Amino acid sequence: MADEVTLYADGRSPFVCRVKIALNMKGIKYKNMEEDLQNKSGALLNYNPVHKKVPVLVHNGNPILESLVIVEYLDNVWERVPILPQDPYEKAAARFWAKFIDDKCIPALYKVFSSKGEEEQVITEACEQLQILEDELELKGKKFFGGDNINLVDIAADFIAYWLQLLEEATEMKLVTRSKFPKITEWAEGFVNCQVVKEMLPPRAIMLAYYKNRFGKI
Amino acid sequence: MVGSEVILLDFWPSMFGMRVRIALAEKGIEYDYKEQDLPDKSTLLLEMNPVHKKIPVLIHKGKPINESCIIVQYIDETWKDKSPLMPSDPYTRAQARFWADYVDKKVYDALKKSGTLKGEQQEKAKKEFIEILKVLEGQIGEKPYFMGESFGYADIALVTFYCWFYTFETLGNYSIEKECPKLIAWAKRCMQRESVSKTLPDSKKIYEFFMEMRSKLGHDHIQKVEDFSPFRGRGVFLKHGRLVRIRY
Repeated sequence: MADEVTLYADGRSPFVCRVKIALNMKGIKYKNMEEDLQNKSGALLNYNPVHKKVPVLVHNGNPILESLVIVEYLDNVWERVPILPQDPYEKAAARFWAKFIDDKCIPALYKVFSSKGEEEQVITEACEQLQILEDELELKGKKFFGGDNINLVDIAADFIAYWLQLLEEATEMKLVTRSKFPKITEWAEGFVNCQVVKEMLPPRAIMLAYYKNRFGKI
Repeated sequence: MVGSEVILLDFWPSMFGMRVRIALAEKGIEYDYKEQDLPDKSTLLLEMNPVHKKIPVLIHKGKPINESCIIVQYIDETWKDKSPLMPSDPYTRAQARFWADYVDKKVYDALKKSGTLKGEQQEKAKKEFIEILKVLEGQIGEKPYFMGESFGYADIALVTFYCWFYTFETLGNYSIEKECPKLIAWAKRCMQRESVSKTLPDSKKIYEFFMEMRSKLGHDHIQKVEDFSPFRGRGVFLKHGRLVRIRY
């Protein structure tokens, strides 16, 4: 029986990209339904009435929501090229870091740019979260959070590897400098150059234009 | 000694800690319960959860696992032979994860707001909270539990808030049972399980704890230094312009 996989997406979103990377890693064929978030489709609202957001993955008619839940789902159903570690303890650790990135890092980083970097406290908070990731990379001493290959944590941190840099460029506000965060810088370069990741990232020009319009200095 | 292979760092009124206690009880796991005297965090806690410095922390064979939902999944995956907590089917499992995530993102903040704000803001917060509960109630529907016939992960994520309902109903002067009867019926059904009834403290005890803590903090003069969260164990507040640490 052929699997029917549809992804309701916005190509610019780092959350959507997490799912795309996972699909790409596992070589899963899917149909991409690009959503206009100002004018959401009936299908999207039907599949995600609670949050009304992308990404939504529909597999054989069943909708799965929330990017990290979707990634774990893909890992459960398509066992090749595992994204989560097999060992329960390592799995718990991976989930912990993915959650930390989602709950703490990304909101703290967004705040810096949405507050136009005017509040020192906001910048300090964001740097504190980044430092925690920096320390973890230092501790692990490997190319990726997942070791020699990317795993759930690297995927969860995709925003930091790619979008953050573009936000910095658009707003002329630099947070992640090579001198301050050498490990993160190195990790980011490695991550965006992975074949499975590279193919899924939205073009720089599009993101720069979007960010300049939303956050940039006029 | 079997007990010391599994240690739980916890704080008795914490609904997050309770989730872990329920999971351990469901699996019949013996463990060493170490009550944390928040805010005086023990060296062990700070060592085992350096990133968040929060309870609950499960220590298994010397290695720490943090975040209540992650701990519950770890328990389920490690002690596989008895009482599965996650659905076996990947799709239902994803749904269970989604709903536990929803509870985490929505219920705690809404509950807190509905009890601690005043006047018009409180009314608004109450409404929001009830709406969230109604969504959850809708998901349970006519089923005995969130995902169907079996008690599991999503139920565990939400049911531990049940012992806190009385406190916020009293503060906000409303009845959750009136607004969401099916949800309360579900909660009472869960309470028929020993793992739940033996874990959840009496609602009145929770209320007393909350009122005592609130009077120590001087409710009207509390300013958030960070997320006001007694059971998250930060314990540092700004009171009359000075940083104070409060003992519970």
